[in-house]
Amino acid sequence: MSLYSSAIIAGFGGQGIMLIGNLLAYAAMRQGLNVTFMPVYGVEMRGGTSSCTVVFSDEEIGSPIIRHPQGVIVLNQPSLERFQPRVEKDGFIIINSSLAQANQADTGRLRCFAIPANDLAEKLGNARLLNMVALGAYFKALGSLLPLESAENCLEQVSPGQSQSMLSLNAEALRAGYAEAKAL
Amino acid sequence: MEDKKIFIRGNEAVCYGALSAGARCYFGYPITPQSEIPEMMSKAMPEAGGSFVQAESELAAASMLMGAAAAGVRAFTSSSSPGVSLMQECISYMSGSQLPAVIVNMNRGGPGLGDIGSAQGDYYQATRGGGHGDYRTLTLAPSGCQEAHDMMIRAFDLAFKYRNPVLVLGDGVVGTMKEPVRLWTPSQINSHAAASWQVSGAAGREKHVLKSLYLLDGVLAAHNRKLQEKFAAMRAETEAECVETADASLVVVAYGSIGRIAKSAVRLLRSQGLKVGLVRPITLYPFPDKVLQDLAEHGKKFLTIEHNCGQMVDDVRLAIRGYADSDFHGHMPGAVPAMDDFIGPIEEAARRTA
Amino acid sequence: MNATPSLPGLVEGEELIFSPPRSLTPVPTHYCPGCHHGVAHRLVAELLDEMGLQEKTALISSIGCSVFSYNYFEVDALEAPHGRAPAVATGLKRARPDCFVFTYQGDGDLASIGLAEIMHAANRGDKISIVFVNNTVYGMTGGQMAPTTLLGQKTTTTPMGRISEDCGYPMRMAEIISGLDGTVYSARGALNDAKNIRQAKKMIRRAFEAQSTNSGLGFVELLAGCPTNWHMDALSSNKRIGTELIPVFPLGVFKDNGFAESGKGGGK
Repeated sequence: MSLYSSAIIAGFGGQGIMLIGNLLAYAAMRQGLNVTFMPVYGVEMRGGTSSCTVVFSDEEIGSPIIRHPQGVIVLNQPSLERFQPRVEKDGFIIINSSLAQANQADTGRLRCFAIPANDLAEKLGNARLLNMVALGAYFKALGSLLPLESAENCLEQVSPGQSQSMLSLNAEALRAGYAEAKAL
Repeated sequence: MEDKKIFIRGNEAVCYGALSAGARCYFGYPITPQSEIPEMMSKAMPEAGGSFVQAESELAAASMLMGAAAAGVRAFTSSSSPGVSLMQECISYMSGSQLPAVIVNMNRGGPGLGDIGSAQGDYYQATRGGGHGDYRTLTLAPSGCQEAHDMMIRAFDLAFKYRNPVLVLGDGVVGTMKEPVRLWTPSQINSHAAASWQVSGAAGREKHVLKSLYLLDGVLAAHNRKLQEKFAAMRAETEAECVETADASLVVVAYGSIGRIAKSAVRLLRSQGLKVGLVRPITLYPFPDKVLQDLAEHGKKFLTIEHNCGQMVDDVRLAIRGYADSDFHGHMPGAVPAMDDFIGPIEEAARRTA
Repeated sequence: MNATPSLPGLVEGEELIFSPPRSLTPVPTHYCPGCHHGVAHRLVAELLDEMGLQEKTALISSIGCSVFSYNYFEVDALEAPHGRAPAVATGLKRARPDCFVFTYQGDGDLASIGLAEIMHAANRGDKISIVFVNNTVYGMTGGQMAPTTLLGQKTTTTPMGRISEDCGYPMRMAEIISGLDGTVYSARGALNDAKNIRQAKKMIRRAFEAQSTNSGLGFVELLAGCPTNWHMDALSSNKRIGTELIPVFPLGVFKDNGFAESGKGGGK
């Protein structure tokens, strides 16, 4: 059975969606996998909604554009409403329960995880870490497909110029998300 | 895994490929979805000892390209559909004057201003010359970031080999997606005797004049015959990727990003037992008609899928005429297709042709 | 290209005491009698010789009567699309900074279809030289109105004479180009009499020095006659330049940043 995974990460512009999309892709690449990363770009430079699609596989990847992903991370309520119905059957969803209604999770069809990403990030001392917390939860859902350390090890490449303390805070946020993700 | 891959956008891959190919001049004008190319070149070109100019228009960018090409220097420009339309003047002049240059088009939606999303509506423009007069541009169609990188290296060599503009026709998907790319540099760069024609000051030799105006009776005809022979010789460069065509009863034909999305659909349907294969043209001009003709001779049926209203399908039909016809599925510019969009059309074509 | 081209018509016993510039190809031109392109070519070629530029020169020819200038200058040359010569020159100069690159353009080419290209090349301060021949009319296509056509002047597209209400006003390019910061030299001369021709040569020299000293863009406008499309003989055409053109297009140097003269340091 070949290894294949597709994900859509969605939320508000400014939530750091492209960054964790890149981090996920990097982590997979460093594991020797094929990867595609496809950003959805709008005419606006700031604000609005934002999303990206990440596919990784140990085989050649055909389409980088996925309508029905195996997993999604939704960082806000509009993204939950928009992307949850599109997740493949038996796929999974990570819901940022700080900004989206976790009780709307489609537990009958999907594996659902809630993570209060904003709240946890603030507890860690930096509200902007919410994206890392959410990605940590995503790794939990991925299970053995990709280890969390692979993401931790790529933080520096994805955010060059970051201070060592900021990098370790990011790693901490990833781990917090992994630990705190609650299956619904 | 320790390999030398870096994770970059198609637009960046184009830049790395061009630099590895020895490009030392870039002229361009911002337009979505390829503005990363001028942005990156504005830094990388001076670092490589070359020159970057943000031109006042695509007209001027193509003109600057012509000037650098005439100097025998490896130069390129990039744009997206509306901008490439403006470049057609100089592309015609460069072909007429036999000048080597590389033009990258990250195809977006049209006609007119269209949108900023991916599309394939410039297929005709790319493969029919695009401007005035009887000329063709060798056209390469990358489907991903590694190919975008590698094709730039190939494009420069072909441009100088044939002394003709070469088009790299990507699209919004290829330009903006990211993939791991292995960077490499060709072991040597063949100038294809550019010193024998370049405009660089006539010290110690006869003057070189590069032009496309031939008024004397019969001279333009001879010039055109020579160009046509050259375009015919380009057939040696034809290339296509074939996926599971050997035992297929239906062959899907699709290029660029659509080619790889179709590949996913073909693989899925294969796993479900449908005898379907894929031909992905890698050179759009010259078109891989021999590959298709051979398949048609073996009784295959065809479905052409494009991100436009039907352009390459003409070339497919020309290639297989006398043996078969091709169905067509066009995904309308304005939205990017996913694999699911192609499943139904392929199944339907397979049923119709069964 | 090392030897002086052999001249037709020299017979045994005759001694050559004066020869045309090496930078001119010894062939007859296609220009009409009384046309000043020949004079302009001659001045340019003399300067390429005198300044030692011939062997590193790239001429960018334009579209119009002077499209065949590459047949008459004994230098490397490239034929640019209509109006684009300054952008083509920019590309060639950037690719080969050691080349001496000049464009030779008429008024339709430079001031109409190529206005954006000349403005931006000048504004970038590209190290190129522009020889702009202004005869107030499209020559090659048959005498249509140019951006520099005088008010009241009859052309094949202003049969009643140019009127400003419909067609605007003659553009003074030397003044316009002098207003851009990348231009280091801009001047207007005329080719209608010996005094003006001598003055014009000095101006072309400075426009070339702007480049040979690596200072910026050098621009020279040359008022020239077009007897054919002005429907007059050569002498009347020369006279018209003095009586009608110069009052609208005053002669003079509109900008000279004081860069060094050739042979007096300040560049190679």
